[in-house]
Amino acid sequence: MSLLNVVDLHTSYGPVNVLAGVSFTVQPGETYALVGESGSGKTTVIRAIAGLAPAQDGSVTFEGQEIRGAPEKVMRPLRKDMAMMFQDPVGSLSPRLTIRSLITEPYRIQGMKDKDLDAEAKRLLEMVNLPTHFADRYPYQLSGGQARRVGVARALALEPKLILADEPTAGLDVSVQGELLNLLNDLRERLGLAMVIITHNLSVVRHVADRMGIMYLGRLVEEGTTETIFNNPRHPYTRCLLSANPEPDPDARLERIALKGEPPSLLKRPSGCEFRERCPFAKDICTQTPEWEVDGGHGLRCLAPLPQ
Amino acid sequence: MTETLLEIDHLSVDYETGRGDLNALRDITFNINKGEIVGIVGESGCGKSTLISSILRLTAPNTRFREGEIRFKGQDLLQAPERHMRDLRGADISIVFQDPMQTHNPVLTIGQQMLDIQHRSKQSKADKLAHAAKMLGAVGIPDPEARLKQYPHEFSGGMRQRIAIAMALMSEPDLLIADEPTTALDATLEVQIIERLQELQREFHCAILFISHHLGVIAELCDRVVVMYAGAVVESGDVREIFHNPKHPYTRRLIECDPGHIKERARVLPTIPGEVPDLANLPGGCIFRDRCDQAMAQCASDVPPLDQLKEGHHAACWLNHEEATT
Ligand SMILES: Nc1ncnc2c1ncn2[C@@H]1O[C@H](COP(=O)(O)OP(=O)(O)OP(=O)(O)O)[C@@H](O)[C@H]1O
Ligand SMILES: Nc1ncnc2c1ncn2[C@@H]1O[C@H](COP(=O)(O)OP(=O)(O)OP(=O)(O)O)[C@@H](O)[C@H]1O
Ligand code: SF4
Ligand code: SF4
Ligand SMILES: [Mg+2]
Ligand SMILES: [Mg+2]
Repeated sequence: MSLLNVVDLHTSYGPVNVLAGVSFTVQPGETYALVGESGSGKTTVIRAIAGLAPAQDGSVTFEGQEIRGAPEKVMRPLRKDMAMMFQDPVGSLSPRLTIRSLITEPYRIQGMKDKDLDAEAKRLLEMVNLPTHFADRYPYQLSGGQARRVGVARALALEPKLILADEPTAGLDVSVQGELLNLLNDLRERLGLAMVIITHNLSVVRHVADRMGIMYLGRLVEEGTTETIFNNPRHPYTRCLLSANPEPDPDARLERIALKGEPPSLLKRPSGCEFRERCPFAKDICTQTPEWEVDGGHGLRCLAPLPQ
Repeated sequence: MTETLLEIDHLSVDYETGRGDLNALRDITFNINKGEIVGIVGESGCGKSTLISSILRLTAPNTRFREGEIRFKGQDLLQAPERHMRDLRGADISIVFQDPMQTHNPVLTIGQQMLDIQHRSKQSKADKLAHAAKMLGAVGIPDPEARLKQYPHEFSGGMRQRIAIAMALMSEPDLLIADEPTTALDATLEVQIIERLQELQREFHCAILFISHHLGVIAELCDRVVVMYAGAVVESGDVREIFHNPKHPYTRRLIECDPGHIKERARVLPTIPGEVPDLANLPGGCIFRDRCDQAMAQCASDVPPLDQLKEGHHAACWLNHEEATT
């Protein structure tokens, strides 16, 4: 049984159709990366899974239980097994609480009274490589990367089965980023932790994700194992995205495939293939609407995919 | 002729804490010339945000300026009257904060906020709104006119970052300071923003101080790079020198840790073992010593000076000092 099963998820804010049918599954112990254009709906997907954003249609099952639109009474006990790391690290930490209270809050919310909170705070800080005296600090006294690590410690406190991580390594230096990813990898091996990770850092995706889904305008346009996608992206948007990644070498000559035009309006979605106006590979046939097609575990929404 | 715009001169800044003074910045010295793009890299917590909030004098209440000067067009900003600083901020010097929520007021629409920052302009309200919509379009926000009526929480993380960039660019500043402005942008947009910044530099000769952990972006955008570690500058130089010929072991390790270099999937990513020293309780000698794989006896006793190795390339490491003197 899949740990998480998202089927045809729809979210609208008023007339704006932010998610137009998103489906994917995550197996126990698997890391699934969601990548894609800024504003394409990645954060909304994982917030909707966690019950923090509306989802008017579709289904979300966690360990077989339907949770889309479930009341807080149902969600609260599940939060022990499903933890969230937020995109905005400082803003998601309550400014009046010390770091000790913040990282041990999950125990209090779950009513785990028998825990030695001081000892737990110490353990969690060490786990994310922060000095233990940080327990007495307030969020404003942390650097951006330190606040990010506090968010990670908090999410890991209850040893969840699934982590929904929104840009967990943004704002970390490459060494701390490596430590964090190694830690998550280790938890995956030891505890079977599964993860949905949103990140714009394609180098990170390549190293941590088993499978990845690429989003554009509220839908998946391609999905497959990380290896196949990097070696042979078949959707033109994926190809453009991967070719843009800046290389850590001032003399790198990148052969970028430029996207044409501007991100389209959500108020007036383009007809036919929604990527058509910006697609460098568009054909006449692309005025028709591409369907989601899966071939050997590789999903694609394109009428004229790039060659294999 | 290169003309100096900003001079950071022997700057030392402390935070007062319950555990004593934390030496967040120690003896920082570097310049930014007019029209130059300078990148700052360094480990998380090394003092990058402290440095830029010091330049604008927007520091936390427990900050103490212990020593040094920050001169902008020759004037010492640490001594300038607050009124003068208010005039500079958002006009001559603009900033994009690390946390875009620091820029955006949650209870005002984006349109209102973009009108407010144009308060100096004599244009009509309609013209100001049109200008705001144009700037949003320039950073890739679709439906800009409709979007002006929305509140910050109605935008995605990357959109908030792009709005912060658009707002900082509106005044065509002489110096743009950007603290990790592209962390929430996908690679294609990131490249688009880099190109927009480069254009700005060419058109208006605007200097940029750009902080990022994304070494790919630094390599692509910057002319010069300053590397910081634990509150000090450990190396600075031309971007090619820093990436191809790093002279400080920390810089070298940092570049080696970038997963962008590792093309095959790695089970364990490289890191720099050990911990950053406690800034409230600094050890003697070289601050990188505990983590340095090339440390020598001298490194424990004496602080290495920031030597000039060649024109424009500085590093603070005894390895080079030995080379230079023998
Ligand atoms: N108000 C404060 N009081 C006490 N310590 C502080 C305060 N603000 C920051 N610090 C500490 O000062 C050091 C430098 O912080 P700063 O925010 O400048 O780091 P940074 O280089 O911007 O890091 P990052 O890359 O993670 O954003 C950190 O160790 C941080 O914990
Ligand atoms: N509360 C809200 N009210 C109205 N619109 C919203 C709200 N939250 C998100 N949106 C809109 O939904 C769309 C998708 O936003 P989302 O935050 O999911 O994008 P994202 O893929 O996470 O982008 P980024 O990479 O920039 O973080 C955007 O157009 C955004 O403006
Ligand atoms: S369907 Fe056509 S326009 Fe759409 S992505 Fe494929 S090739 Fe491009
Ligand atoms: S001075 Fe010594 S310890 Fe410091 S970086 Fe150089 S070799 Fe390493
Ligand atoms: Mg997001
Ligand atoms: Mg910072």
